[in-house]
Amino acid sequence: MSTPVPARANAPERYYNYAYLDEQTKRMIRRSILKALAIPGYQVPFGSREMPVPYGWGTGGIQLTAAIIGPDDVYKCIDQGADDTTNAVSIRRFFANVADVATTEDTAEATIIQTRHRIPEKPLKEGQVLVYQVPQPEPLRGLEARETETRAMHAYEEYGLQYVSLYENVSAYGRIAATAGYPVMVEERYLMSPSPIPKFDNPKMAQNEAVMLFGAGREKRIYAVPPFTRVRSLDFEDYPFETQTWEETCALCGAKDSYLDEVILDDAGDKMFVCSDSHHCAERRAAGHVGPMAGHTLDQDAALKEPAQ
Amino acid sequence: MSVATLDLSRIAPAFADPVRESQAVFREVMECVARPGRITRFDRAPQAPNGLSKAAGAVALTLFDFETLVWLDPALADSEAEAWLRFHCGCPLTVKAEDAAFAIVTDMVKAPNLAAFNQGDAKYPDRSTTVILQIASLEGGPVVTLSGPGIRTTTDISPQGLPQDFWTQIETNQAQFQFGVDVLLVAGDQLLALPRTTTAQIKGG
Repeated sequence: MSTPVPARANAPERYYNYAYLDEQTKRMIRRSILKALAIPGYQVPFGSREMPVPYGWGTGGIQLTAAIIGPDDVYKCIDQGADDTTNAVSIRRFFANVADVATTEDTAEATIIQTRHRIPEKPLKEGQVLVYQVPQPEPLRGLEARETETRAMHAYEEYGLQYVSLYENVSAYGRIAATAGYPVMVEERYLMSPSPIPKFDNPKMAQNEAVMLFGAGREKRIYAVPPFTRVRSLDFEDYPFETQTWEETCALCGAKDSYLDEVILDDAGDKMFVCSDSHHCAERRAAGHVGPMAGHTLDQDAALKEPAQ
Repeated sequence: MSVATLDLSRIAPAFADPVRESQAVFREVMECVARPGRITRFDRAPQAPNGLSKAAGAVALTLFDFETLVWLDPALADSEAEAWLRFHCGCPLTVKAEDAAFAIVTDMVKAPNLAAFNQGDAKYPDRSTTVILQIASLEGGPVVTLSGPGIRTTTDISPQGLPQDFWTQIETNQAQFQFGVDVLLVAGDQLLALPRTTTAQIKGG
């Protein structure tokens, strides 16, 4: 799947509009995207539609992609960093079907990358759009249940409560314990949820070259971070922000600097650590990098072993 | 504002393939709003009627519909351009600048101040007006340096035909963030965006 599949001709008997959504819905979402880019980090309410998957399966991201995608795009979809998980495969197949786009697993050749829970390891470039699927767009929701209140808190930049929460973390655990969905400040104005990406990925948001769009279908919110925008993970002077590190390397490709998933192998508690970004790992293995468990059955994916064409 | 019946025989065509063409136009507008100062060209957009540039027409066909209240420059009142927008976009028109979701300004001499348009709400700053300013050219004028989100360091633009105090208005607009209008400068088939986050500095000024 690393070479793009040529787009098929638009079938005349299609029972739905191009890219599934009707044109009025796309216009509404497009207007929301433009306002979201003009006010980085601010959550724009939008008329989220019912999609052919349940809420929680990426309806926000799917609607964003449907509103921006065109037949010249090359589409990549990842779930927890992997291209080959059920949700990612289904969504990729959906857009190959309804939008006649080429799909890819190659981060570099994709023009639209839809993601759940990760930012790819490979740095993104101008011309790429990263679409995040967001379950809960409101970073303050865990602290304040009422939307009327959190909206006022954003309006008046009233973020003391968030800092109190981080401080309580420090006093309870001796450190800021949040590991995913770690809150960020965008352009020193709006507090924003980065979606449930690991905090390992937070620094990649700052000054990124790609356009980053966030869609929450059930919560009906769109927000955005334009390229070259300041994104700061919250911290304290004496408790600075830190990302996760591992003592292990990737068992398959030996990567020392990528985000690793822990995989339990048997009932005896044997385990291995592998890159969560499946394309990054495959690309490294193809380039000859070898990890301590190279050749393991988890490395038997024929599709990934095909030489690059 | 005219509410007369449209003379359909005089309405020029819009996009030949509305689905594909509006998508292509939107992607360009999105890149421009994400990267202030970046100039894009809609050379394949349909010819808009007299008084309306190709780029303004393409943006209107892509973003306007029955949900968007549009403020049209009085210079376009009762014109073929107004009929064209009403027919193809189905957008309601307003004479109240502060109510508009979108505004098209063609007469820069009599143009209202940017502050006259909807500045958004503290809780809903996205409700502010997007102002499409149609000027002589996006190049060849005095050089202005832009910075802010979407721009790596700085970028220079040189639009021509803006009113004297325009950059003061932009400065005021930028300073009141999260409030403020978002501006799309159009000339002929070209477009560049100045969202409310962008800081502008006249070179040598």
